[in-house]
Amino acid sequence: MSSIAFPRPPADTEAVLALRTEFRAFLDKELAGHSPRARSDNWYGFDRGFSRAMGQAGYLGMIWPKQYGGHERSAYERYVVVEETLAAGAPVGAHWIADRQSGPSIIKFGTEEQKALLLPGIAAGELAFCIGMSEPDSGSDLAATRTRAVRDGDIYRVTGTKVWTSFAHEADWVILFCRTGSGGPADRQQGTSQLLVDLKNTPGLTIKPIIDLAGQHHFNEMHFEDAIVPANMLLGEEGNGWNQVMSELAFERSGPERFLSSIELLYQVIEALKGIDSDAAQITLGRVTARLAVLRRLSRSVTAMLQSGQDAGLQAAIVKDVGAVFEQAMPDVARELIDAEPDPAAAAAYASVLANITLNAPSWSLRGGTREILRGIIARGLGTR
Amino acid sequence: MLADMIERLLERHLDDSAQARARSGEWLPELWAEFEEMGLPLALLSEEQGGFGLDPADQGEALRLLGRHAVPLPVAETMGANRLLAAAGLPLAEGAAGLARADALTLTEGRLTGPVARIAWGDKLDCLALAVGDRLYRVPRAGWQVAEAGMALNFQPRPTLQIDWAVDVSAPLPHCPLAEGATLRAFQIAGALEAALDLTLEHTGTRVQFGKPLSKFQAVQHELAKLAGELACATAAADLAAEALARGDLLGVAAGSLRAREAAGTGASIATQMHGAIGFTREHRLQLFTTSLWTWRDEFGGQVFWAKLLGQAALDAGGTGYWPMVTAL
Repeated sequence: MSSIAFPRPPADTEAVLALRTEFRAFLDKELAGHSPRARSDNWYGFDRGFSRAMGQAGYLGMIWPKQYGGHERSAYERYVVVEETLAAGAPVGAHWIADRQSGPSIIKFGTEEQKALLLPGIAAGELAFCIGMSEPDSGSDLAATRTRAVRDGDIYRVTGTKVWTSFAHEADWVILFCRTGSGGPADRQQGTSQLLVDLKNTPGLTIKPIIDLAGQHHFNEMHFEDAIVPANMLLGEEGNGWNQVMSELAFERSGPERFLSSIELLYQVIEALKGIDSDAAQITLGRVTARLAVLRRLSRSVTAMLQSGQDAGLQAAIVKDVGAVFEQAMPDVARELIDAEPDPAAAAAYASVLANITLNAPSWSLRGGTREILRGIIARGLGTR
Repeated sequence: MLADMIERLLERHLDDSAQARARSGEWLPELWAEFEEMGLPLALLSEEQGGFGLDPADQGEALRLLGRHAVPLPVAETMGANRLLAAAGLPLAEGAAGLARADALTLTEGRLTGPVARIAWGDKLDCLALAVGDRLYRVPRAGWQVAEAGMALNFQPRPTLQIDWAVDVSAPLPHCPLAEGATLRAFQIAGALEAALDLTLEHTGTRVQFGKPLSKFQAVQHELAKLAGELACATAAADLAAEALARGDLLGVAAGSLRAREAAGTGASIATQMHGAIGFTREHRLQLFTTSLWTWRDEFGGQVFWAKLLGQAALDAGGTGYWPMVTAL
């Protein structure tokens, strides 16, 4: 049998149900007054105040050891918090990447010194991270990375360029994927490493904005010109960068952010149709809701796998692939039911949310692995390559 | 394990010639007798009800196997009818059973009369678990005549039955037969998609064109990945529906059932396309599964019925109540 197995997610415990109620109340209070337009930014919203409040209330680093500022809660409890923040359209950008993948990578591969230096700050909502993977000539083909770090005594000298780095202009740290080996064809993957780079205190690093088609500044170009990184900021082993990055991507690909990006538009559609008697509205919303419910279940399955330490790379790729199709379809769901011209500058909730979602949706099947890369991974998992 | 027993039994008794006979409307009595012997019609009952007390995962696996082998008998319906009859405290079926809801039937002076449309193998059944309004009736074979022949896309009988029966016993309806049937069909759909994916991987892995197997072409790989995604969704959808059915939540049944129905159509299309013309023939086994998928996705309340139920709930919840509704599914 060739199918890719998803374990059944366990039923919500009393503790999980209680947490959901408690956390919804927290979000109601913290997000009071946030407009639908602001909520539709979803995880493109960056607000250090909100992230600090999350940290202070114990909602970051939830599954990490207490000695590093964590709370030793279950993967499901963290899942509840993550999906509720997204469903509410909270501005999670200042803690999102650190809590989701940088922190777990540091726990898995970092030295005690690195853990003590960085994890408590992440769990407190004080330290923001970004992801230093893509380059001008190395996007989907990550192993073609050219940014090079050369060991020189107790430092690395780093030269190269990273692009599409969301929030590099705001964040505090980046985990930089770079080449440390000789760079021959044999060690395309083996000759790579990860460095923890302090964005605010690294001589030789410059950060320039890349404005997206919506006119917004999330992306950046990071240029390293003989930049100096202390050697004790090597994450994991030199030469093990590829394996570390692959393990990081499983955290990046499976979460509810892979199908909830356009949820605010769905709320607005429902609100706009409230009280009308329309078969088309019922049928479309019924089918959309069914897709959403099943995606949630698959995503919780992956959480179950991660919780028990299983490799969920394939399952995560399926969730992200199916999820991106779902969330990207939302502008058309809206347009099939309601005639309204999207307007990025509108005061009206519906027109501005539709505009924001339509302009941002194209990125959802690119970030975190393109649709084409994911389908290749799934096909390989089916034994075709 | 029950699953292993079912697999072994089907290997012995359900070959392609038996499938072909079923597709000309022939009942397979030996296969049915084997299922009864193994007790499969009772597989969804608790031990107190005389069943196996299987956990939900094993129940689901048994139902998926019926789809994975495109079993051309109303086994799933009988399992579901017995679950309903047992929950209502009515006698179980003594052979194959059907499962239906027919609110247009009339009950006059103790006689239940009227048509019940499209019952799988309706003239071969021992009884019907029939819901009318909020009552469940166990209508024995003597209580109906075949009024009109009918056929499903998998070429199996779906006659309309004319009920005319002096009611001797009925009970309050424990849950809706459409929800029961829709849940069973979701598992069968997931099983048939498993088979369709396996056949598609086998075909694209061995069929050579332009000097290499089809599965080495990226365009083909991406379709295989989509098919695997539909299978994953259908499997999760069936489990979602079953859990909702167990707690009496019609909206959850609707969500699971709808997503499985959608996967049936999308998955059958991809599998057929990836097979090329051979997948469009009677001689290739793929058609056992595609025709079953096209049959099952429209039964026990269609897509429109379930989508309207769930969609209206979304509209009633409104923008602010929608997310809590989704997390409760």
